[in-house]
Amino acid sequence: MTELLQYTFLGLGKGAVYASLALALVIVYRTTGIVNFAQGEMALFSTYITWWLWSEQGLGVVLALVVSMAVSFVGAALVERFLVRPVGTAKTNPLGVVIVTVGLFLTFGALAVWIWGAQGKTFPALFGDGAMSILGASVKHQTLGSLGVLAVEVVLLWVLFQRTKIGLAMRAVASNTDSAALVGVPVGRMLMIGWGLAAALGAVAGTLAVETALDGSLMLVPLIYAFAAATLGGFDSPVGAVVGGLIVGLTAELSAAYIDWIGQDLRMLPAFLLILVVLLVRPQGLFGKAEVTRV
Amino acid sequence: MSDVATDTGPERPTPAAGGRPLWPRWRFGSRSVAPGPVKAVIAVAVVGYLFTIPQTFGRTDVNRFSLIMCLALAALGVNLLTGFNGQISVGHGAFYGVGAYTAFLLVADQEWPFWAAAAGAAVVTFALGLLVGLPALRIRGLYLAVVTLALAALFPQVLKRFGDLTGGSQGRQITRQETPEVYDFNRPPEGSDLAPDQWRFYVILIVTVIAFVLVRNLVRSRVGRALIATRDNETAAEVVGVPLARMKVVTFGLSAMLAGIGGAMQTYLEGSVNPSKFEISLSIEILVMVVVGGAATIIGPAIGAFLVVELPEWLPSDTPQASLVLFGLLLVLLMRVAPGGVVGLSRQLWAKVARRVNPPPGARPVVASGGSPPD
Repeated sequence: MTELLQYTFLGLGKGAVYASLALALVIVYRTTGIVNFAQGEMALFSTYITWWLWSEQGLGVVLALVVSMAVSFVGAALVERFLVRPVGTAKTNPLGVVIVTVGLFLTFGALAVWIWGAQGKTFPALFGDGAMSILGASVKHQTLGSLGVLAVEVVLLWVLFQRTKIGLAMRAVASNTDSAALVGVPVGRMLMIGWGLAAALGAVAGTLAVETALDGSLMLVPLIYAFAAATLGGFDSPVGAVVGGLIVGLTAELSAAYIDWIGQDLRMLPAFLLILVVLLVRPQGLFGKAEVTRV
Repeated sequence: MSDVATDTGPERPTPAAGGRPLWPRWRFGSRSVAPGPVKAVIAVAVVGYLFTIPQTFGRTDVNRFSLIMCLALAALGVNLLTGFNGQISVGHGAFYGVGAYTAFLLVADQEWPFWAAAAGAAVVTFALGLLVGLPALRIRGLYLAVVTLALAALFPQVLKRFGDLTGGSQGRQITRQETPEVYDFNRPPEGSDLAPDQWRFYVILIVTVIAFVLVRNLVRSRVGRALIATRDNETAAEVVGVPLARMKVVTFGLSAMLAGIGGAMQTYLEGSVNPSKFEISLSIEILVMVVVGGAATIIGPAIGAFLVVELPEWLPSDTPQASLVLFGLLLVLLMRVAPGGVVGLSRQLWAKVARRVNPPPGARPVVASGGSPPD
């Protein structure tokens, strides 16, 4: 029982990371219709920036993270404006969009390793290395912290989207770009903000994802899990991304711990099956809206 | 317009009047870069040149060119699926890997001759492609890209899970301890005076050329037009009688099979398998090859495979990461300046030159345009 509880917390903690990254994917998808394959590597790059500010510039880790989020926001907004937008949209040029984000995937991953080297970096856990006991299970502070951060993110995003003018404009762009443009919403700026927000969320996810050391492969696996989470929750639903992330984290940990046939080697199988089954049975995901097209 | 209907009688126009002339008159400025016969001559010349490569290059180069051809086979498969049929796959590295491992296991454990093993790999990957293609019917566009990417991520884990068969993360290779049949599976036959690398190059070259010719013929056939119609407008294709589901699933199967054959040929080339060769990056590379060369063109995948493998050779090798960064940025820029890849770019340039030399009739100033009815 304690063991089960332990794995549950572990799964939820990892799920919080996947949920953060999935939120980033969902925000980009909602505003631009693009599935951003580079989201994970952009988050990796942001995490390196956090590390650099903390280790080389002597900033506190929280301050380093905040600065890195700001840098990521601006950087991603510029990437959207100058690299992604000229290629077209997911509707007009799906292959082109995929290739551009794949190109960014390669660029950011390689750039991080080029600048900071392939060697693993020691990275501080945002919430320290301590642990506490809950109902007999030992739970790391980092795990609880990740969940807390996720909760804060959700609240802030909710306020942003539901209670501010920018959020309203972003929702307008997401629901109908042409009409939004007609009533005077600066669509291009909203797309840039969407990418920027996503990259800032990615910076948080990356920082939380580091377990022992920071290296170039940090975000490859979380990206796949985040895809699974976003698919499960529905690519256009932030709530779905959070719930999906937690479910995916739990499933991955529990199945690795309790199903011998899967074990540590096939950890990714449950996530893959989740993606597949969801897309087959309920393509819009748990919380997404079904897409209706007129032919 | 009514007189048109009356003067076409029951008899059909004679082939001499409306049919295809024996030797099409080619004007400078037709859409294609070169007329059919010229293209054929160029193709023969290129293949002829390829046959001289093992005589003029060293062993390392020859082996690298062989690897390029293996990857070109996979890119050919992705091109069929993604370029011509519009189903985006970021996961063909998995099929490539399945092909490589199937061929290896059949040769090493079952002692099949390589040709049978390669055929086995083709059958297995074709079946697997059908299996993945079935759910792909309901999953489209970017979602399919996500699913196939997850498949590519899963594949190395599957290899580790069944480590007693696949050798796990160490991989497996054929050593001198094996039976002579197994040990000699990729060595030149007795009496041949070719070095092993030359022999393998020729074998792989022949397989590759055959595959490209077959795919070219397929794409130009009725089936090929149905594939393209499905990509461009599914509803319209279905309305004119294209069996959508069958078409898409079989395309998936064929495309996986081509990747599988490529993988099998890599096993033939290297005599070993290792999971590190079949990670996500391979799948991404294969897709990139298609786009760089030119999606939905025949020769594009081959050009793309050549460029993707050779480019790092030309870039400074002391900072591999820098060249990767450059490569990623080039890819992003390519989508802006030449979405059609190298082949598309050369077509554009050609069209430009052709317009200069031989302006199309539409470009001449229209003298009496006042009477044209509005549409």
